[in-house]
Amino acid sequence: MAHVERQQWDVVIVGAGGAGLRAAIEAREQGLRTAVICKSLFGKAHTVMAEGGIAASMGNVNEGDNWQVHFRDTMRGGKFLNQWRMAELHAREAPDRVWELETWGALFDRTPDGRISQRNFGGHEYPRLAHVGDRTGLELIRTLQQKVVSLQQEDFQESGDYEARIKVFQECTVTQVLKEDDRVSGVFCYERESGRFFVLESPAVVLATGGIGKSFKVTSNSWEYTGDGHALALLAGASLINMEFVQFHPTGMVWPPSVKGILVTESVRGDGGVLRNSEGKRFMFDYVPDVFKEKYAESEQEADGWYEDPDSNRRPPELLPRDEVARAINAEVKAGRGSPHGGVFLDVSTRMPAETIKRRLPSMHHQFRELADVDITAEPMEVGPTCHYVMGGVDVDSDTAAARGVPGLFAAGEVAGGMHGSNRLGGNSLSDLLVFGRRAGLHAAEYARGHADERPRVGDAQIDAAAAEALRPFGVGSAPEEERAREPEAAENPYTVHQDLQRSMNELVGIIRREEEMSEALERLAELRERARRAKVEGHRQFNPGWHLALDLRNMLLVSECVARAALNRTESRGGHTRDDHPEMDREWRRANLVCTLAATAPEPPGAGSEAAAEAGTETGAGRAGRIALRRREMPPIRKDLLELFEKEELIKYLTDEELTSE
Amino acid sequence: MTTAPDTTSYDAHFKVWRGDVDGGGLEDFTVEVNEGEVVLDIIHRLQATQAPDLAVRWNCKAGKCGSCSAEINGRPRLLCMTRMSVFDRDETLTVTPLRAFPVVRDLVTDVGFNYEKARQVPAFVPPQDLGPGEYRMQQEDVGRSQEFRKCIECFLCQDTCHVVRDHEENKTAFAGPRFLMRVAELDMHPLDAAEETGLDRKSTAQEEHGLGYCNITKCCTEVCPEHIKITDNALIPLKERAADRKYDPLVWLGNKIRRRTS
Repeated sequence: MAHVERQQWDVVIVGAGGAGLRAAIEAREQGLRTAVICKSLFGKAHTVMAEGGIAASMGNVNEGDNWQVHFRDTMRGGKFLNQWRMAELHAREAPDRVWELETWGALFDRTPDGRISQRNFGGHEYPRLAHVGDRTGLELIRTLQQKVVSLQQEDFQESGDYEARIKVFQECTVTQVLKEDDRVSGVFCYERESGRFFVLESPAVVLATGGIGKSFKVTSNSWEYTGDGHALALLAGASLINMEFVQFHPTGMVWPPSVKGILVTESVRGDGGVLRNSEGKRFMFDYVPDVFKEKYAESEQEADGWYEDPDSNRRPPELLPRDEVARAINAEVKAGRGSPHGGVFLDVSTRMPAETIKRRLPSMHHQFRELADVDITAEPMEVGPTCHYVMGGVDVDSDTAAARGVPGLFAAGEVAGGMHGSNRLGGNSLSDLLVFGRRAGLHAAEYARGHADERPRVGDAQIDAAAAEALRPFGVGSAPEEERAREPEAAENPYTVHQDLQRSMNELVGIIRREEEMSEALERLAELRERARRAKVEGHRQFNPGWHLALDLRNMLLVSECVARAALNRTESRGGHTRDDHPEMDREWRRANLVCTLAATAPEPPGAGSEAAAEAGTETGAGRAGRIALRRREMPPIRKDLLELFEKEELIKYLTDEELTSE
Repeated sequence: MTTAPDTTSYDAHFKVWRGDVDGGGLEDFTVEVNEGEVVLDIIHRLQATQAPDLAVRWNCKAGKCGSCSAEINGRPRLLCMTRMSVFDRDETLTVTPLRAFPVVRDLVTDVGFNYEKARQVPAFVPPQDLGPGEYRMQQEDVGRSQEFRKCIECFLCQDTCHVVRDHEENKTAFAGPRFLMRVAELDMHPLDAAEETGLDRKSTAQEEHGLGYCNITKCCTEVCPEHIKITDNALIPLKERAADRKYDPLVWLGNKIRRRTS
């Protein structure tokens, strides 16, 4: 057995984005020794790319706002599939989480009376997003990073050691959550720089690893978004819910090819930008769905009047929730009314003065000028949908962020499922990170304190197994018998396998889905799994990106299968899941969560389906059995006082008659 | 319509530094370039087709995270924001790791120096009399510090600054432009209450973070991918204020009195 260093910590946080850092701050402030482990350098997490703002009903710009209105908007945006308790906690606590950032040094843009300014965004009834130009995520991550540093400075004053109670293990990756007797006991990690393995022993582990976008070809996500936390949770015995719901942000760059997918912030539309097709038509007026008809303007005149006088005009349809706008753009392009590079036009140049654009949208101005030779103050941008966010994630307890079924495991932020239902509203992600990051840190700390005297000890066998798995791409791991028999087959290049995976998911489980294509996707995923097993890398263990990718493939393949299997099963269209063959939203599906777990390890005979098949009743038995089992679960009914926040006429559109009359 | 015509693709010549702490050298590559690509695209193509273990840091590929800092033809730049079209097609591009920091492997350097310096700047001090939600600040007052908070911590300014670029011995005493700017940012924060706790940020810039080493050659400003006017807006004002504090007894006295009465 190789010697592997072990360290003991009270709480381990996996991920150093908004949720991870907020969790770490909380656990440390509870007095516990907290380790943060992240794949990139400290302060580089994907949160920096968030642009528009943090949604919180502070009511600084419109006094009509309050948590109830925010809750309503969130439920509508998610088409009522949200875990309502999470949506409630989120709406109630978001303002406190934003104000707290100011006490840590954040500098938001201001209203004329000196309070935090708030901007309009899709699906939000009032101006609600606290922001700093269009670089809000950077402000968030830097503020949290600097708060962590300030806590380290306090510890240094006290003990002479900056890292006495909070330490960031940067550029390290977790490959396994370890368990003893069904409880979490720590994490197995490698350090990118040296390739060295180490174990952090801890009774409580918080997953805050973000999303899965790197399984898709066109995405706004960075390389880190390989679904690590989703996969770690599955492998540790937890469940994922809502994995069929993937958000395609309506506006990503489409040209040049090398930047295709990079995000164009929704603030462009929130601040007055409009979408036009190749005929110059503002097409969004044609795409307002019935459930939103009363709330959106019917003419350009009314829409334009809303920016100045929101009380007597309805909002422009460009500010519909993201799923609606993305589908509309997709339809326009398909109908032959797209822009030269296969998108549509997003224009601010005719809507506001150049100086205003530069002040309000500085990074967009910079990004288009530097990367596409487009001056957005003088000409329209070309934009199209890009894979942006996964609504699905770890099945957690709403109040404590504890993963169901795995004591000691917690999840917060994008890796947790339920909060956003079938579609997330813009701005609700950063607030989600803060609200549930804090809760995860708090409850992980409480859990760890409760188990202080009976810390699980990590067994050597587990460590050896994890090390062997991690070394397999070098060809030195212990491959099982049946794989050794296949060994003569050609080694695979991990980069090629990754590209093939991205293409398959993009083409077959993308923004518009069909049964045959998803069945084919499952076939291809099975093949890719075989190929990934043969992935071989060159060189040694020091900072070797080929090796890192080979290990990440396991995670991407697991979550991709969850997405494909759940999407195939859900025979309706809702939020971030659009079925060409089932285009309507079905009230019967409203209360259903599709729950993914790891299938029994023994390979099942083809066509046998799984436990899932029987329970879901609609399994198509697509080809080879995979690694994921799927079952359908009913959601608890929405609490009465929360239901009463809505008009009956609106609820009829979402809830079944039975649900409406069951009180 | 969406596919680029063949005429826009060409083969480029690259020299990429490969090696580790024990040494290394430039390796030659010939690699395909397509329309609209940036240098990071080419490095990724090398990884996927010729050098799978070529080490490079990157994250967002959109100029927002500041991870992919390196030197192209000797100039500190972000690989993701450097278009191939700014170079001649027959020019050989030389890509090397940041020179001011110890190399880890290939294009990856140990930037730990910056994290050490970050810890040495005392954090924001919240005003005692204001609770969360009670902060009131005017846009024109937060604007100055907001410019510095645009910093993506790519550390290109730290790399190019001649005080430390070829002078390892100055690193202990000198925080570098990024962290002197951080001092300026906190000093200009409308509600920072450091003074009430006896911390004078202006004089610490001089006395503890090595502001005196800076002789305003503006190299940092030139390489900043966020176009922050580091020298003009952060360092020079900080120097002026530090000088006021140090040499002008009236300013010193005035500050003492004002602080007592507030």
